[in-house]
Amino acid sequence: MTHAKENGLWMSGNEAIALGAYEAGVKIASGYPGTPSTEIMENLSRYEGVYTEWAPNEKVGLEVAIGASFAGVRALATMKHVGVNVAADPLFTASYTGVCGGLVVVSADDPEMHSSQNEQDNRNYAFAAKLPMLEPSDPSEAKDMVKLAFQLSEDFDTPIMLRITTRVSHVKGVVAEGEKTTSSAVCGINKIPGKLVMLPAMARQRRIVVEERMQKCRELAETAAFNRIEPGDCKRGFITSGVSYLYVKEAFPEAAVLKLGMCWPLPEKKIREFAAMVEELIIVEELDPFLETHIKAMGIVCHGKDCIPNQGELNTAIVRQAIEPGSGPELFAAVELPNRPPNMCAGCPHRGIFYNLSRMKVFVSGDIGCYTLGFLPPLSAMDSCVCMGASVSIAHGMAKALGEDGYNKVVSVIGDSTFIHSGITGLINTVYNNSASTLIILDNRITAMTGQQHNPASGYSIKGEAASSLDLEALCRAVGVKHVYTVNPHDVVETRKVLKEAVELREPSVVISLAPCVLLPEMKERKPVSYFTNQENCVGCMSCIRLGCPAISWTSFGDGEAESRGYRSSQKGISKIDEIICNDCGQCASLCKFNAITRGEGKK
Amino acid sequence: MNENGNILFSGVGGQGILLASEITVYSLLSAGYDAKKSEVHGMAQRGGSVTAQLRYGKKVFSPLIEPGCVDIQMAFEMMEAVRYLPYLHKGSKVIVNTQRILPPSVATGKAVYPENVLDHLTQREIVVVPVDAFDLARAVGEVKTANVVMVGALSAFLPVDPAVFEEIIRARVPERFREVNMKAFLAGRNVSK
Repeated sequence: MTHAKENGLWMSGNEAIALGAYEAGVKIASGYPGTPSTEIMENLSRYEGVYTEWAPNEKVGLEVAIGASFAGVRALATMKHVGVNVAADPLFTASYTGVCGGLVVVSADDPEMHSSQNEQDNRNYAFAAKLPMLEPSDPSEAKDMVKLAFQLSEDFDTPIMLRITTRVSHVKGVVAEGEKTTSSAVCGINKIPGKLVMLPAMARQRRIVVEERMQKCRELAETAAFNRIEPGDCKRGFITSGVSYLYVKEAFPEAAVLKLGMCWPLPEKKIREFAAMVEELIIVEELDPFLETHIKAMGIVCHGKDCIPNQGELNTAIVRQAIEPGSGPELFAAVELPNRPPNMCAGCPHRGIFYNLSRMKVFVSGDIGCYTLGFLPPLSAMDSCVCMGASVSIAHGMAKALGEDGYNKVVSVIGDSTFIHSGITGLINTVYNNSASTLIILDNRITAMTGQQHNPASGYSIKGEAASSLDLEALCRAVGVKHVYTVNPHDVVETRKVLKEAVELREPSVVISLAPCVLLPEMKERKPVSYFTNQENCVGCMSCIRLGCPAISWTSFGDGEAESRGYRSSQKGISKIDEIICNDCGQCASLCKFNAITRGEGKK
Repeated sequence: MNENGNILFSGVGGQGILLASEITVYSLLSAGYDAKKSEVHGMAQRGGSVTAQLRYGKKVFSPLIEPGCVDIQMAFEMMEAVRYLPYLHKGSKVIVNTQRILPPSVATGKAVYPENVLDHLTQREIVVVPVDAFDLARAVGEVKTANVVMVGALSAFLPVDPAVFEEIIRARVPERFREVNMKAFLAGRNVSK
């Protein structure tokens, strides 16, 4: 955040949501990190007077926020789109209980899957859970809408969903600071069982209230300023919401537009009014035909997914060309270049584990985190990845399916944070129903991929204050795992021996691979030491190259070059360590049998 | 000078692209422009190709640049200068740090780093401004200012007085690094002039 102009701040959508929640007087906020939602909680944790926390998963986070709301304070839960799946259980029933203090749930969707395993459209949750959903187009609107959401939540006795997408979360723009608002709710114990105890008899009563509330929200949608008709050329009119609105404004600046700031429930009268105004009606939305389906159900004729793609992100060019094919400038064709996929960092502890797994004849059931990159060549050591925590239970299911022969063929890998998120129950199942799969917990002491967030095992709170640290080894033993090993993954050879022993067992086993993420501040501040290559000893065996470390590169010899440089004529080339990139993990040195890699003090 | 513009930043995760793009934005905002910038976080940052898109003008709606509409590209690595060719047009300016960072396929001997890769740009009448940002940064005394060298090279093409950049660098850089960053900025700016 920085002051951009007079009364203007330059900030991302996520920073703006944190500011909006602060200005709305939010008291309790809980979330689980997940791109593109993470920075909301990170930024909110820096404001005075707001309690923030990282929850072990999104369900817990939402339940914490529900509890705070029941106690009469404004509460926020943040998560990425797939996190809402985890939190869906409390979400659907919080729709029945309603709120005491304002309750806002942020769903950060990721069309195009920049950093996600699917691109589900969470507007469908608003419909399914019968909840109002606001959808801002840019950071400035995101701030205004989160403030409004808290007010609406209390006015209409309902949780409010705020749906953002990557191009709102991670877009920066100019945002105006505003006044702090206050809640009319009172903090205290609220004993209102008819509202808060969802046994069937009470739930049936609240079910009626839900319908009454949604009717009131529909009436609000007809008159509220966030659903506005922008007059213009009526030959072609657009109904749109979220970031798609911006693409429509760029592609067809003259056209009439109905901008929906609330994408559920829909203002039917206003939509009919707009449809009657324009000759041709086009619905522009990313992903699912959500608005289109509900508008067509009103009996209104319109275009939508017959021309606008239903996959990936939109942009101005896609919208323009979908509606006016052949328009737009002629483009240079792309040149074929070697790809540059993301890679585990130099010195990443995960690399040592995946190097070993790539040399074992096992199925590797993977999970969500930096370590999913173990899938990429040259390691190519991950065979499935579905969702948070799934690695453990998928491995168990597979081991059961393989039967007697499968005892040494299935391994699962999961990070510390992901294990705590939803892997523990899977491990309990593995023990209870007894399969011989081996679980490797990649304990790098942090939630790394989303950018170094603390978790229940890291020993620190979201604010960096000392906190209880979950003992993973004791936990595994407590759930009944008899064989728990701890290894240093940087010692690749020793780790291989332990992995082999664990895999051969006919009972559940856990290997904790314990080494901190190299991006942790304390790791960055270590005395800089690097490994270097004694190239005269290198025989070109490529053991180190197969680690896929960004600090190690291969140079092929030309014709006759090996001999002229004093190597055996059959040698194909040599490897070299870039000492500036090297992070001193020593995995390559533990593999080199030819004394060609040495640790030195050479780095400055 | 243009009333609006589209700047694409490209490079490899970890090169400090986001910081360079922020300094650029602050200067445009100080000069009175509206702006939007789009970044991608998360997995993409782990050593892969990374971009940031910056649009400025009187009023900016979309945070994304249309293909064929990049006016200036700031490329922090040579191959990453060419990867986004469909976003460029004849006459686009590409300021490129003449550094090579080997992608995994090249580092493991499975692919070759293309020779004379910038020819793909000059052949299409794209204006290439090569900057040896590391060499210039080393020459001013701090290799970590390569970013700021690149911003200096970009500044010559923007409708912003260099004094505005100087003010921003002064405000955003800790005092002990201020002088070296100013030198780095000017060294970059001289390349473009």
